[in-house]
Amino acid sequence: MLELKNYRTQVHNDWCPGCGDFGIVNAIQMTLLEMQLEPHRIAVFSGIGCSGKTPHFINAYGFHTLHGRVLPIATGAKLANPSLTVIAVGGDGDGLGIGAGHFVNTGRRNLDFTYVLHDNGVYGLTKGQASPTLPKGLKTKSMPAPSIQEGVNPIAMAVASGYTFVARSYALDVRHLKMTLRAAIEHRGSAFVDVLQTCPTYNDINTKEWYAGDDLPTKAPRLYKLEETGYDGRVSDATIRDVVNAKKGDALLKSFEWGEKIPIGVFFKMEVATFEDQLATRMPALAEKPFVEQDIYNRDIALLLDELA
Amino acid sequence: MIGGPQGSGINSVAENFAKACIRGGLHVFANIEYHSNIKGEHSYYRLRVDSRELRSHVDWVDLLVALDKETLFGDLTKAHPTHSGHRHEVSPGGGIIYDAGLKLSPDSFGRDDITLFPIPYMDLLIDALKEFGKERELSKYQVMVNTIALGASLGLVNYDFGLASEAIREGFTGRKAALGELNISAAQHGYDYAEKIFGHSAFPIRLQRQALGGKRMMIRGVQAVAIGKVKAGCGFQTYYPITPATDESEYLESHQGNYNMIVVQAEDEISAINMATGAAHAGLRSSTSTSGPGFSLMAEGLGWSGITEAPGPVIILWQRSGPATGMPTRTEQGDLRFALHAAHGEFPRMIIAPGDVVECFYDTFDAFNYAERYQVPVIVLADKFLASTYKDIPFLNTDGMKVDRGDLLQELDITKNPDYKRYQLTELGISPRTRPGQKGGIFWTTGDEHDEYGHITEAAGLRVRMMTKRMKKIELAGQVIPDSKKATLHGPRTAPITIVGWGSTKGAILDGMEELSANGVEANFLQIRYVSPFPTELVQKVLYESRRKIAIENNYSAQMAGLIREMTGIAVDNKIVKFDGRPFSQNEIYEGVRDIVKNGMSEVMLSHA
Repeated sequence: MLELKNYRTQVHNDWCPGCGDFGIVNAIQMTLLEMQLEPHRIAVFSGIGCSGKTPHFINAYGFHTLHGRVLPIATGAKLANPSLTVIAVGGDGDGLGIGAGHFVNTGRRNLDFTYVLHDNGVYGLTKGQASPTLPKGLKTKSMPAPSIQEGVNPIAMAVASGYTFVARSYALDVRHLKMTLRAAIEHRGSAFVDVLQTCPTYNDINTKEWYAGDDLPTKAPRLYKLEETGYDGRVSDATIRDVVNAKKGDALLKSFEWGEKIPIGVFFKMEVATFEDQLATRMPALAEKPFVEQDIYNRDIALLLDELA
Repeated sequence: MIGGPQGSGINSVAENFAKACIRGGLHVFANIEYHSNIKGEHSYYRLRVDSRELRSHVDWVDLLVALDKETLFGDLTKAHPTHSGHRHEVSPGGGIIYDAGLKLSPDSFGRDDITLFPIPYMDLLIDALKEFGKERELSKYQVMVNTIALGASLGLVNYDFGLASEAIREGFTGRKAALGELNISAAQHGYDYAEKIFGHSAFPIRLQRQALGGKRMMIRGVQAVAIGKVKAGCGFQTYYPITPATDESEYLESHQGNYNMIVVQAEDEISAINMATGAAHAGLRSSTSTSGPGFSLMAEGLGWSGITEAPGPVIILWQRSGPATGMPTRTEQGDLRFALHAAHGEFPRMIIAPGDVVECFYDTFDAFNYAERYQVPVIVLADKFLASTYKDIPFLNTDGMKVDRGDLLQELDITKNPDYKRYQLTELGISPRTRPGQKGGIFWTTGDEHDEYGHITEAAGLRVRMMTKRMKKIELAGQVIPDSKKATLHGPRTAPITIVGWGSTKGAILDGMEELSANGVEANFLQIRYVSPFPTELVQKVLYESRRKIAIENNYSAQMAGLIREMTGIAVDNKIVKFDGRPFSQNEIYEGVRDIVKNGMSEVMLSHA
């Protein structure tokens, strides 16, 4: 029986007190524990920024990559060894700014992995600039002027790009986050989880109190759970185009709900062939064992030479 | 030489001709020049045939086959002409095959020292189609005039038609077999017409079969590299479409079913290199292939591969004319310095520059061994000329080729050491590595400076030790790899002239040297094959003894000459450079060296123009 300590490292953590990153890393560790996944069968990838340090705190193969490049590096490793459980994490600037092209194109592939977006609206480590998810017109405390660029909608982008599991959760609701992460990891295909997160140092707008609705006349929390409203994002039959499109439409519509009410939960889920499945139809050996476990080092090239004779 | 608009099928004519030649025991060297365009712009294929092995092309043409008027006269009527046609390049006594339908007056060629062979392409094609009852579908089969021209050229040199028809037939298998027969018939019509109308003595050159000198194959540079990857056990290839690199990846993808190799078309070259590095870290031999513009985007990923000591990837850099888009379909050796210095900061990398298609195969194979042995990115520096070089070689010999996976631990070894450190500081700088999935082998890796476990550090002392550890690996590689691999001195050791070059100029230099020697100028040739680790002592020794050192490079600034000076302190005496996007020919090497030695020029700039 694996314990929580089996998923933790002793590495010194230098995140700010109260950072939402703690909630996310804890939820990841608790999910892995709940699933009893062996640490050496897991690979965690990150981009650059505060969230980039995540792998160092998790006892699993850890890849702290380049700014915006977490998805390509995770993709390469996963394809080399599809038997690994691959989790990628990264900030909103990392994934939707500098890495936006990779975000879109990774969705197109439907690789069997999970991507967790630390979505706090700011670039923390470079001291509080607006990130791609910060809505237009807002000015957090270290910005010299309000943002004059629109914020992107990560959920809509993910649905449009082809991720087959698209969900949102909240870093300070570890129970919901854990449940969502588990569903994401268990999903066969590309799973995207947009994790709303506070940055206590630089985002003085989307604070814990703001999410709790303290500023609203009703004092009601802004976040509500999709599954409690009867919303069901699951595609019943992925072979019927209209069914798929209708569900994508529902997810897109929901994803633009923002302000006094913000939905969390699973927006969209569909089971279709993964990238690995498709490669295995071309190369049946891939279905048996990952190529890293096969002897591909004694190849006979006579076939290729004869072709050119 | 055969020329025509892009899309007119000059490739198949040249390649079928070439195949027919090598099966008749002859030797071939071919290469193509084309525009960055899909259909319509002028392209031409140079095909040199001889009874002895060839390593280069020449600038004169014995038989020019023109599929259109532009091939003869150029595009001088355009606002921005690019060439004045190839009729000037035909050697005295040579001939031109062209479409009689163009109704050109012999005077318009301005040559009274060559023979003109007008062939009624369209009439002959219609005759061929009639035999198959397809004359009404002329517009569909119009492109087949190329095959009429192929047949006519074979007829003029009186070569064995059976060999050509065999080559054509192989190109049309399965459902297309009938089309193959139609093409053979078209070629036959061209062949018979040339023989009947012009007779056996109209053209002075005859091609005759000779005894086969062992089993031979026709290979392109891109294929040689790709087959090197297959042999090396590469399991993962990424690419983003770019001229002239893409052919290599497509070749691999079309054969992946036989060899279990994942080929991924990435969204850009940033992704391509990073996917490949991810796969390398995961334990699979990986590679990516690109050209200058793509390599520019890869700079960042190259640095990550370097600091994380990834066992790869192997990067094939097919250089082309730069900077930026430059001339996308033209060749250049302009990226030597760039390959050496791409990415910020300092980290070890290996760079190998094969000189011909055979070296493309062996160097690519070695690159994978080095990537894993030294845990460094390895760049194979080739170019468009090598990519499109098409020549006959003996069957590639794979005896003694051994995969060396370096210090890759097995689970059993790992369990002996409960405190595994991926970046353990070792005497040689190489840390035994594991791969994800192995029990007990958990590691962390980061583009930040790190400790032995792979966790971030900014400690000054650790930084110094880690930098030193990484940089030591390239010194080690320099000591372990024999000089004989890194550089070769071709020709007489004591020759008064030493030509210094690298990469794809090898063939033209070797053939040019023979021509020089036949004209009383003795030279040898120092071919530098390893840019990093650089064979400093060997180069120093050879150049120290040399009386005159001439650098020959397909770029503007003679980048290798600069590197030699940096590494050895020795300056070359003369430079021959060419940066018009075209490769050196044998005769250019001869002329360039002659201009220096006999005419006293210190620097020569050659241009195809």
